[in-house]
Amino acid sequence: MVGVLGTGFVLLLLIWVIGNFARDPGEFLNVLLIGLTNGAVYGLIALGYTLVYGILQLINFAHGDVFALGGLVGTTMILTVLDLSTSDSALVIVLGIAATLAAAMLFSSALNTTIELVAYRRLRHAPRLAPLITAVGMSFILQNVGLIGWGVNFTSVPRLVPNSVAFSLGSVDFQWNKIAVLLITLPVLLALTYLVQATRQGKAMRATSQDREAAAMMGVNVNRTISFTFMLAGGLAGAAGVLYVLNFTTIRYDQGFQLGLIAFTAAVIGGIGNMAGALLGAVTIGLIEAFNEGLTWYTPGSDWTRSIVFGLLIAILVFRPEGLLGERTPEGQ
Amino acid sequence: MKLPTRMRGKGPDAHPGEDTRGWLPPQVRAAWERLPEPVRRLVLPLALVVLAFFYPKYAESLPGAFPGVGTLVIMIVFTMMAVGLNIVVGYAGLLDLGYVAFYAAGAYTAAWFASLQFEQVTFHFGSVGISQEAVGIHISIWLILLIAGAFTAIAGILIGLPTLRLRGDYLAIVTLGFGEIIPQFVRNGDNIFGFDLTHGTFGISPIDSPGFGTTLEDAIGVPASFQQSFDRAQWFYWTALGLLLLTVFCSVRLRDSRLGRAWIAIREDETAAAAMGIPLMRTKTWAYAIGAFFGGIAGAYYATFKSGAFPSDFFFNVSIFLLCMVILGGMGSVWGVVVGGLFLAYLDQEGLAKIGNSFSDLIGKQIDVPKYNFGVYGLIIVLMMLFRPTGLIPERRRKKELAEGVHDESLYDVSG
Repeated sequence: MVGVLGTGFVLLLLIWVIGNFARDPGEFLNVLLIGLTNGAVYGLIALGYTLVYGILQLINFAHGDVFALGGLVGTTMILTVLDLSTSDSALVIVLGIAATLAAAMLFSSALNTTIELVAYRRLRHAPRLAPLITAVGMSFILQNVGLIGWGVNFTSVPRLVPNSVAFSLGSVDFQWNKIAVLLITLPVLLALTYLVQATRQGKAMRATSQDREAAAMMGVNVNRTISFTFMLAGGLAGAAGVLYVLNFTTIRYDQGFQLGLIAFTAAVIGGIGNMAGALLGAVTIGLIEAFNEGLTWYTPGSDWTRSIVFGLLIAILVFRPEGLLGERTPEGQ
Repeated sequence: MKLPTRMRGKGPDAHPGEDTRGWLPPQVRAAWERLPEPVRRLVLPLALVVLAFFYPKYAESLPGAFPGVGTLVIMIVFTMMAVGLNIVVGYAGLLDLGYVAFYAAGAYTAAWFASLQFEQVTFHFGSVGISQEAVGIHISIWLILLIAGAFTAIAGILIGLPTLRLRGDYLAIVTLGFGEIIPQFVRNGDNIFGFDLTHGTFGISPIDSPGFGTTLEDAIGVPASFQQSFDRAQWFYWTALGLLLLTVFCSVRLRDSRLGRAWIAIREDETAAAAMGIPLMRTKTWAYAIGAFFGGIAGAYYATFKSGAFPSDFFFNVSIFLLCMVILGGMGSVWGVVVGGLFLAYLDQEGLAKIGNSFSDLIGKQIDVPKYNFGVYGLIIVLMMLFRPTGLIPERRRKKELAEGVHDESLYDVSG
């Protein structure tokens, strides 16, 4: 029954996508590119959720707000510390962005590690709901830190990476800001994959996420590994924050919560705890959003975007809690 | 099993009346102890209820820090929701981050069945305070409260059936999803295939008022319609107080019932509870439905008090606000949640502004404290979870549970 419904739904979705493509291929591909860019930013945040969940089985609700604070620190770097403007030479802008990225990543890493140290570490042996509730509270605290530090209004930065067209392939326009997002995301992802798959520290992370006690018996310093994971996740969130600021030029203290939820949805859709899954889910969500807001043929429109995304989240959790690429967990049975 | 020293051998009956009430003169204490146990336990709540009942009569002579009667109505409504949420979170241990959805469902039930919204029909049943020719559906608010409760409970069951199979954090996320979808649905619901269901961002207003009708007004002098009555706030207040007492009574009785014991068993150890023959799905769904029932009544009542249901009221933050009340008071402890709820709702309505003003006077610089209200709630949540996870007025059983750790699976040991 569910299978038939599911197949029917996927078929309808395919017809919808193909129909939209047939009506205006050029527009469709442009929208696709927007979806991919947004998906890349979501992916960086989603990876943070997945890394922490993989190792602690904790949904770190505060993660989205770490992202927002990272972005806000990025705006301060751009506006006050470095005072970058669009009239600076390309080299200055590139170096400035690199410095902003480094500062935001450093800040977010430190913040995320501190949160773990102060709040979650003490609750390791508490009932499972305790750290989860703490994370929700932490998220509100961080939002208010952003509110105190940067005010209720959007903080805007100059458009350092222009949104003019760099080159066109057929009718598809590749804009500089989209290229920049993809250019920054890819090396970060490669570095992360290398770190987790090929280094000693990555091995320790994987061991700890599989079985903490066994890992401890094999000589892994579990506490340090967990701190390292939070550091890594924070760094990714900081990078995502700066990318978001570069791409949209504005950010506000409460945007992290929304984006965090969307990124979390991405992680769940891909299969939480699974890194490739987080990326797949993030791109899926990015595409869904872009299609829903950019296409015209039988499209619900941007009023319903959040309902669609969270509806998908609920459907996935109910029918396939392990996600697209994940393995079955006790939660899913 | 290792118990913390402060819990060893100091049960509630270890030394009856020895260290408590030592300040009373011996004769009074002896007289007190001659009273039968049920009477003794009822004295304090009864005294509080009497004090609360006459609050509108002496509210004016109280110092300025005490809330006005109108504010008190809002405080009580939110406390009622917190008591409802306590059934889901505190008793059954199901983390619900989307309770605001039930609040919205209740408010909109009132808005649909007691306003001018559906101008296609004209239907009156026991409505007060409006002309009999007014278009739309107008059903007596007393009935609406019940209808809203039932409708919301059904909504709770519909949400619960597919999702309650999930455990712990996954359930929290799904409820959060519903808590995000329903407000958006309400905001966009002014054009569902051309039909105006929710009147979009404008909300539905005005909503009819509760009241006793002209017949009773002429006979014994109770107001025909609260909104139009001279002392509107106090009638709304007494009704709210009655509803809260009913909720608390039901909540206490439910806790001690067979169903309540089943909830607590599930909270403590789901697998063991299932092994003892407790039907997990049915029991959890009941928790959801009953929690939703009270949320719906509170939502409907708040809508008639404000005479409107507006989508801007139903944000995720409200769910967290209610959760904060439950955590502050003590998960599972009804009296704790009542105290926590009243306290936080007071802070939200008046307290933070007043504290902010005196603080600003103190340091000579204007600080807008209410702006940071959710930061304060977040701080309360985190501090409570870290330093006093049982809440301010802990439930005895919950305290033991947290101290001994009935959950044999710690956060780390859960693996696939």
